[in-house]
Parts: sequence; C-alpha cells; structure tokens
Amino acid sequence: MYDIKALYEAQSVADAIRLLREHPRAQIIAGGSDVLVQIREGKRAGVELVSIFSLDELRGVNLEEDGTLRIGSLTSFSHITKDPLIQKYINVLGEAVDQVGGPQIRNIGTIGGNTCNGVTSADSASTLFAWDAVIELTGPEGVRKIPIKDFYIRAGKVDLHPSEIQTGILIRRESYEGYAGHYIKYAMRNAMDIATLGCSINVKLSDDKKKFVDIRIAYGVAGPVPMRAVHAEAYGKGLPVSGETIRKIGDTVSEDIMPRDSWRASRAFREHISKVLCQRALTEAVRRAGGTVPDDLSGEMGGAAL
Amino acid sequence: MGKREEELRGESGREHVIGKSVNRVDAYEKVTGRAKYTDDLCGRSSYVAKVLHSTIAHGYVKSVDTSEAEKIPGVVKIVTCFDVPENYFPTAGHPWSTQEAHQDVADRLLLTRHVRYYGDDVAAVVAEDDVAASRALRALRVEYEELPFVLDVHKAMEDEAPQLHEKYPNNILAHTSIRNGDYENAIKEPGLTKVEGWYQTPTVQHCHIENPVCYAYMEQGRIVVVTSTQLPHICRRVVGQALGIPWGQVRVIKPYIGGGFGNKQDILYEPLCAYLCTQVGGRTVKLDTSREETFVSTRVRHAIHFHIISYVRPDGTYAARKFESWSDQGAYASHGHSIAAKGMGCFPQLYPCSNIEADTYTVFTNKSVSGAMRGYGIPQAMFAVESHTEDVARAMGMDSYEFRMKNVIPKGFRDGFSKNVNYYDSIRECMEKGKREFDYERRRREYAHQTGPIRRGVGMAVFWYNTGVWPISLETSACRMVLNQDGSIQVQVGETEIGQGADTVFAQMAAETLGIPFESVHVVSSQDTDVTPFGTGAYASRQTYMAGFSICQTAELLKEKILETAHDLTGQIKENIDIVNGNIVRITDGNHLMTLGELATEKLYSLTDNGHLTAEKSCQIKTNAYSFGCTFAEVEVDIPGCRVQVTDLLNVHDCGKLINPALARAQVHGGMSMAIGYALSEKLLFDEKTGRPLNDNLLDYKLCTAMDHPDLKTSFIENYEPTSAYGTKALGEPPVCSPAPAIRNAVLQATGTALNEIPMRPHLLFEEFKKAGLI
Amino acid sequence: MTEKRTSENHQYKLVRCRINGAERETMVDVRASLTDMLRNDYSLTSVKKGCEVGECGACNVLIDGECFNSCIYLAVWADGKDILTLEGLMGPDGKLSDIQQAFIDEAAVQCGFCTPGVIMSAVEILENAEKTGREYTRGELRKLLSGHLCRCTGYENILNAVEKTMKKRLAKKAGK
Repeated sequence: MYDIKALYEAQSVADAIRLLREHPRAQIIAGGSDVLVQIREGKRAGVELVSIFSLDELRGVNLEEDGTLRIGSLTSFSHITKDPLIQKYINVLGEAVDQVGGPQIRNIGTIGGNTCNGVTSADSASTLFAWDAVIELTGPEGVRKIPIKDFYIRAGKVDLHPSEIQTGILIRRESYEGYAGHYIKYAMRNAMDIATLGCSINVKLSDDKKKFVDIRIAYGVAGPVPMRAVHAEAYGKGLPVSGETIRKIGDTVSEDIMPRDSWRASRAFREHISKVLCQRALTEAVRRAGGTVPDDLSGEMGGAAL
Repeated sequence: MGKREEELRGESGREHVIGKSVNRVDAYEKVTGRAKYTDDLCGRSSYVAKVLHSTIAHGYVKSVDTSEAEKIPGVVKIVTCFDVPENYFPTAGHPWSTQEAHQDVADRLLLTRHVRYYGDDVAAVVAEDDVAASRALRALRVEYEELPFVLDVHKAMEDEAPQLHEKYPNNILAHTSIRNGDYENAIKEPGLTKVEGWYQTPTVQHCHIENPVCYAYMEQGRIVVVTSTQLPHICRRVVGQALGIPWGQVRVIKPYIGGGFGNKQDILYEPLCAYLCTQVGGRTVKLDTSREETFVSTRVRHAIHFHIISYVRPDGTYAARKFESWSDQGAYASHGHSIAAKGMGCFPQLYPCSNIEADTYTVFTNKSVSGAMRGYGIPQAMFAVESHTEDVARAMGMDSYEFRMKNVIPKGFRDGFSKNVNYYDSIRECMEKGKREFDYERRRREYAHQTGPIRRGVGMAVFWYNTGVWPISLETSACRMVLNQDGSIQVQVGETEIGQGADTVFAQMAAETLGIPFESVHVVSSQDTDVTPFGTGAYASRQTYMAGFSICQTAELLKEKILETAHDLTGQIKENIDIVNGNIVRITDGNHLMTLGELATEKLYSLTDNGHLTAEKSCQIKTNAYSFGCTFAEVEVDIPGCRVQVTDLLNVHDCGKLINPALARAQVHGGMSMAIGYALSEKLLFDEKTGRPLNDNLLDYKLCTAMDHPDLKTSFIENYEPTSAYGTKALGEPPVCSPAPAIRNAVLQATGTALNEIPMRPHLLFEEFKKAGLI
Repeated sequence: MTEKRTSENHQYKLVRCRINGAERETMVDVRASLTDMLRNDYSLTSVKKGCEVGECGACNVLIDGECFNSCIYLAVWADGKDILTLEGLMGPDGKLSDIQQAFIDEAAVQCGFCTPGVIMSAVEILENAEKTGREYTRGELRKLLSGHLCRCTGYENILNAVEKTMKKRLAKKAGK
C-alpha cells in the first residue's frame, strides 16, 4: 500500500483545478508511473493527491482547424504511437515514445506526466523540443500556452503554476509541415531503460533536396533539461546536404551541450555520443526527407540504427 | 557399456521415461496461477516486519531513538541492535560440520551495532501493515560513530586499512595456495614466451524475480518458518543457532520458490523473522524483502581480480604458470573462501602444467556480502583463464582453437584431491561439435580483417566444472516412497525444486527404476522439515546427480518389497517377475499377473498379511563428477557507438545422460542469458565517497531483457557418467561459465582490442577504444 | 455511500469492476495498488510482486484489453474497468487456453514467478495479431515481451511458445 494521506479524484478539468485550490498541498497524479514510485521511495510519503487519471477529455490526438496537432496530456505513449494523425504528421514522436520503458509502461505513462516531471531523460521531451511544441496549461485564470523550451525551468522543475494542470501539447502546422526527422535513444540496454542520451532531429530540405533549409537538433540528458543545439542548427542552415556538412554539424554540437559527469556516464562519454548520435540521426532524417548524402558517413560513423 | 546404461539406452526392450522430454510436473500449476509461493500462503492479517539498514558503510551504532516511531499508529514492536541475543551464527548454506575447523564462520548477529556496510541491519519494526512499518522506519533516529571504510580488496589488505573483523588481520578471511613442480626453476628454460594479464570481474546480483520472503509463527511452542529458501533443513539449523534454541524447536517449510540462483542458498532474514515472531507472542510475522534490499542486503556474486602469468614453449605447450586472485568478500564471511578456492582449484586441471604456483585471497571490504551464485567462482575464473588463453595463443601466433585442443585437459585426467576422472575427451568433443554447428572456422576466416565502424567477430571459450561438493563437504541424500492403493507413489527428497525442474526429473528417475508410468509418480514438491527426509537442499549442481542415488536406492528397495508381496500373492518366484509399466509381469513369458494397484490394495487391506509398502533410504555420496563444455559467440561491435551486441551464441555441454532434454535445454538458455548480462551490462556499483550502492533496482541494474539477446542455441554430448546412478551430472551452473570469455574473445577478433574487464559496458569500450585509437 | 473514512482517518472507496468475467465490488483502501486489491481482496495470487515499481512485469494484468503493471496502478482506478488475470484464462470446463498449453509444451516455465505476467502480455499480443491478421516477427515479439524480466529461461522458450501459438491462431483464422 502507498503512504497516501488523501486521494481526491477529479471528474473534469474544472474539478481538478477546484480540488487543487481547495487542497493547496496536494500533488497531481496522472498515470502514476513516477508519482507512485516516489511515494514508495518515501520522497512523497504521506502526500495528498489529486488524481486526474479518469479525465478522458485529456486523452487522444486531434487535428485542429488551423492544422495544429493537439495531443491530450493524458494520452498514453502507446496510444500516441498507434495514432494515425501522429503517424501521418509527426511519426518520429510516435517512434520516440515507443522506446520508453517497456509495453506496460507505455500503456500507463502519459506524455503530460513525462513532460511535467521536468526530467531531461524523458524520451518524449527531446522530440517535442525538436518539433517546437507548445504546452497548454489550464488553471484558475484560464488557459495559457507557452513554448516547450520556456516550460522547462530547471531539472525537475517546470513552469506549472499553483492549481494549474497541463491539458495539452500542441504542434503547429508550420512546425511539422515539410519536416522529417529521426530520434535515437542511447541506453545501456534495448528496453526497460532510461536514456543515457537522446537525440531528436528534424530537417527541412530545399525542393531539390540538395540544401538544408532548416535543422532542429534537440537533446535529452545533454544538460539539466532537454535542450536544442542552437549553434549547430545555425551552422548547418543553408549548407549543402553532404557528409562533410553533417560531420561539421556534429562537431559543432559540443558548443551547445553541457552534459554532466555522473555514475551513469562520464561527461566525456556523453559528449562523444552526442556527436555520434547527431551525425547518425541527421543522416537518417535527410534520408526520410527524401534527400541523399553524397559522401555518406556510414563508412566512418556507422548507420542510423544503434 | 554398463548394465544400467544399456537399459537406459533402450536395448533391453523396456519403455523408458528417462531421456524423454516429458512436461514438467509443476507446469500446469504454474500456467494457471495456482502454484502457491511463500507470500501467497501468508495470511492477510499477519504482522509486517521491516528492517532498518545503515546509511553509513562502517562504524558503530551509538544509539537508536525509537520514541517517535513508537507513536505511529499500527506499530507493534521495535527491536534494535541493542536488544538482540549475542548468538553469533553462520549463514552459508553448507552442510554443517561436527568438526569445528570445518564449520562456516559465525560472524552474524540478528542486528548489529558494528555496522560493516551501507545497508547493514540495525533495527527492525513489526507493524500491522506495511505503511505503518515504513513510517516507523523513517521515524527511527540512529546516531553513528563513523569509521573509515574500504571498498577495494587491495587497499583492504594494506596495514593501515580499516579492519572489519578482529580475528582477520589485513581483512584477509583466508589465503590458500597450490604449488605443483618448481615454478621458479621452470621459467628459466630457454626460449619461453611470457604472457601476463590482469582480469577483473564485477559484483553482480542473482535477480531471481521473487525476492526473498518469509513468515514465521509459533505452534505448540515451536517456531514455524515458511520461506523462499533453497535449503529448508539448513535453514532450520541456522535459525536454531541464531536464536540459541534446540534445532528441533524449529520447523521450516519451503513452498514453490521464484528462483534462487544461490542467493537463497544463504540463510537471509529467516532468523530475524523467527526472532521477531517470538517477540510478539508467536503471532505471524512476515518479512518481505524489497527489491532494493535484495540487491544490497542479501548476497551478491564475488568480484574477483586475477593475475595470470604463463610461460609458453615455442611448440605451444605450457612450461610454467602462475595464478593469483583476490576475491571481494564484502562485509561478512557467508560462503567465505570456498568460492575463490574453487576458482583457483580449476586452474591446474583445465590446462594441466607441471609447474604451477597459485595463490588466492578472500578479503573483507565494506560492501554488500558476497555469497553463492550460480557457478560459484567459475564464471569469474573462466573469464580470466579463457581470456588469458586467447591472449597466449595470439602471443604465440597460434590459432586459439587449436591451442586449446593442444593443451586442454586430456582424457583420463585424474584430479588427486577430488579423485574426479575425465572419463571421456569431453571438452574436445564439445569443441568439435560446436565448431561444426556454429560454422566457426568459416566465420573466423570471414571476420579476420574487419574494418570500419561496425565490425563482426567470433570467439570461443571452454569451461571446467564439477557437480557436487564432495570431498570438501558432506554429500548426502535421502528419499522416501509411499505406495498408494492404485499403484501410484509419493516421492519425497530433501533436494528442492527451485525452478530448475528437479521434481520432474526425480519423477522420471523413480518411474524408470520402479517400472511404473511417469504419471503414477507424485513428487511432493514442498519440503517441510517435520515431514521431508533430511537433505541439504539445492546448491552446487548436485540435485540430479545426488538425489539420483537415493531415488535409485529407494526405488530398488520399494521394488524389492513389491516383488516379495507379488511372490506371496502369486506364488511365482521373485526372479521370474518384474514390474513393467505398472503391472506385475512374469518375465519368462510376459504374462501379466496383476496390476500394481491390485497388489497394493490387497496388501493394505489384507486381514492375514497386512502391510503398507513404503521405502526410505539415505545415502552418503563419496563421488563427484566433472562437467565440461564450451561456448561459441558472434558479436557485432559498433565502435563509434561503443556498443557490443551478441548476434549468435551456442553452448555445448557434456553433462552426461540427459534425463529430460527439453528441460536441459531450458536450463542452458537461462544460464546463457545470465552470462550475456555478466559479459556486457550487469554491475552493482558503489559510491566511492560513501559506500552507498548506486543502482539497487531493476531499472539501473541492467540484466538482459528479451531485446538484449539473440536466439540462444544449445547442443549436447551425452557421455554416460559412470559414477552416476542415471549417467547424469552437473548442468545447473555450467551454462553460465563460458559465454563471457567467448564474447570477450569475439570482441577481440572484431576490434583487435583485448578487454580484460567485464561487463564490457559502453563506459569501458569508450575508454578502451580511445586508448586503441579506434575513436 | 461509496466513500468512507475509518477512525484512523483511512479513506475507503467502493470499487466496482469486472474481474475475470464476473462483476465484483468491494470497499478498497485508497492507498492500495491494484496488485494489493487483486491479491488481498480477491485472492488472485497469480498477480506477483517482484519489484513494486513497474520494472519487472510480474504483476502484469489486462485492463480493458491492455497490459498494465498492477503494482503502479491505484486500485480505485479500476472502478468500471474490465480486468483479466491469469486465473481468468482457463475455460469454464477447466480447459487450458492455447497459450497456457503452449507454455507447458514448449518448456517455457521454470520457476514460474514471471509466468503469469508474461502470459498476460502474450494474451494481448495474440489478440492483436488475430485482430489485425499480422504475424509479428521474432524481433517484434521480443519488443512486445520486453516489459518482463525473467532470470530462468533466457526468454527463448517463452518466445517459442508465443510465436507458435500466434502462427496457429493465424493459420486457423486464414483457414476459416
């Protein structure tokens, strides 16, 4: 049994906000795969919880009139992967969350929970950074929408106001249209693992597929929160699609990232892998965007699969 | 060919159940969820006990403030290290010895004031439920006097190192040596090549999916402990020792258990649970170990550091060899030096050499306690020895397969101490079979000159193993058989089913010898020390071999009684009758005289010559048997990605006659899987600054998932073991012994990089590939 | 009343759900996990505890046709759900399901502790295969079973059991 002081089950978003206001010390529980584990560890023992688990209104993926993809925050990873809209427009997100834990975790884990716990290793987060996702938050004062990069404040801390819940994740049309991408998770085993490093890249190529029009390179675990490699992106924009360009973009990544030393992996190791993943993910993203890399690096850096 | 072997080969015309892949006797219960494990049997109203573990690696408990914890609703009893009796007890699941010199080291108390590792047992709480117990643990305030600690075996042996146990200067629990020939003189022979290597193996954990769990209650003044143990009779003795009560005052029951792999070959929290039960008026107390506690506060595999030097003649024969190893015992003696000693013991046997100098040390450190784990020192030793063998062959410019063929233990080799004899040329036969089935030579040629970022390689390694513990320890087995009215029997033995399939092969043996159908044998799976014949339990790779003797003898005895009865009832002389497929048959003409059921019923209800046909035999076993084999591995190495994937793996074993080929294959699969983790990913880590274990959970400790494997291939040579009752010998542990060095040698072929440490994690590959200039 | 508090201020809730085909209801301590409820209130002890944090898969059950580790699923969330545990697989006449029989025939069972959870994942996999007519590759099956840790079998015979049952079901479906 979990050491829970009280459990309040919300019946609607408005009800959840009301409960959070009535019980200011209460914490939100969505799927529970992180919260319950922390209660068991003793970290949150004796906690009051507001459960939003049964709010089906926050489940599912929709295409809004303006072409924005809206992912309800309680949508489970497995439902994201299986969703036809996700598969059609931003399949790389479905692929990324298909690498979270194992099948059962992907059935309970929610994309909202994955982002709200502020963890840099979340498999969804780097890909959402690469898609320039927008976070929708609903609170007593109504709805606010903020870019995902502003949502993350520091490790374990996101911009969630008191009595506010995350209700959706939005990907605008201009963020996905014409882009193709690839996510590589680097972990110590092939399932049931957290990322040692995650790299998600989207590219938009010129009509003739010869040039990089835009590149978005996002990382998890390359810093305290998920991040974009802005120098590397800027370097590559407008350059011809080539092995040489890809190599140099990979080399430039070191200007952006700031991985740390921990018992899980050394800083030097993470820096090395960051470069390798960037080059491999970029090569695959180009291929998916319909391009070819004339002087392919695979003879030097290996293929896209890891 | 011997008589029994002839019979088993089916040349006497009888139907045989030995050698058949019959389904497990417990499979139905397990696929329906009806098999009851310890926690499933415990009443829901039992008290819950939890243990407070130290948060320092070394020091003394000055005080434990229980006042806040006592106020928590639902808390029943708090016991601290200041309250428990001073009965020092050993925990190793070895047979007891009546000779003091051979007894296991008694260095444990139920709870300790002298804390020797991060996670040591300081206090215990009994509460009405787990939430109250957890709250009470958090409310206990412990004041420590901290002492310096040591995590490294070599540092622990230094004169100024912190001392863990008074009786063991320089923290050396034991040091043993082997001296054969004259090493110092032999190395002076001209023309020798010297090859030297250092090899390191990691601390790993068993990770059976059922954590150790037990509950205790009192009945008629005695303590009953129901527990997930491999060895109920040993558990009874240790509980008695720990509580300072006569051993007969303790009854231990072992239901189905969710894996053991040697961890449950130690007595873990059963004594504490039994003691807590006595402190709450004999009410039921359950002590369910969490996964984190299982990692830290039960047992782990010894990390061993090896140093090997070989002097090799130009013709590829060994002139002289030196072996040194340092085994990390952790904080308490547990199985002690036996693991390191076994690892050293195989060294002069696997590749015999006239001049050998070997030394091994078992050293205390302030870390989790090392105990028995599948393979018992041999996976460690094989990683060192077979990595070294590969290095020697390379240094000599020889093919490593041929080098092994030339030097490995010959047919007829007899070990002076154990008296084990290599009756067949087992390893060479296994190597040849494996080479063929793995298409090793072709692949070896194909991968000889790999370049580029993604490379392939193949490698192989052999292993040495033996079956039981004789003559180091007692080997004994006892069996009881009871005939039912319908001609079926119950069988009980002290050897335990722990998932390996022991009950099934026991039933096959009993059916074979008695001449009754397999379905007529009912193995009583659960052991209960009040009921089950004495036995020392599941350890080493002894179950099939050792229990085979008592089952065979008991079945012969029962058969004798049955045939006597048949003689009385039918008037036929005993020499002319036999039991065939559950019937009494006159063998001279095949005439069916009566069914065994008719015989049993007549005998049991006879008003003139009544009797219940039962048999019981206990026997001491004074033999042991080699069990040999090898592994072939193929790997793909992603050099920039610093990763190794095993793409193909084959184990070949000579474990004698296979009693049940399907179960044998399954047993090998499990060992290979464990060994892949050992080679590539598993390592329990400790914080250098605090001694705290860092990855004490199944997420951060990387045992293989289904995605981390290729399909696992197995193959067997069935050389009938002449010392065995049914021609069989060890298979429980052998599968885990040789994959790690085979994988290492495959990585060496692929990359040219000789990795002398496992696990070959990306962290290590990154450093080593950098050094080699590959990245 | 569907909610109450005891003298110690513990909070209870009435949980109504379908378990192994039968409508059930009981008052549940809101602190209970679904594992706790299934084991303690309904004696469904096939639901095993191996880690209690969703890492081993021993407590896996089907909820509305999808697999969940019941240890990290609050019992109160089960209200209104359709839950299937291993105990629910056997037919009313005691006949084993094909996947249970395959686990026996393929020697996919050893200590048996991970078995209930693995079989429940297999049930979901096989139903999906049947529904979509899709034959999963060995590699895909490995991924679909990767939420279960097993230390005895090396997963080899488990994969064989699931793969063979899948092929049989697909062949049967194609034959109809």
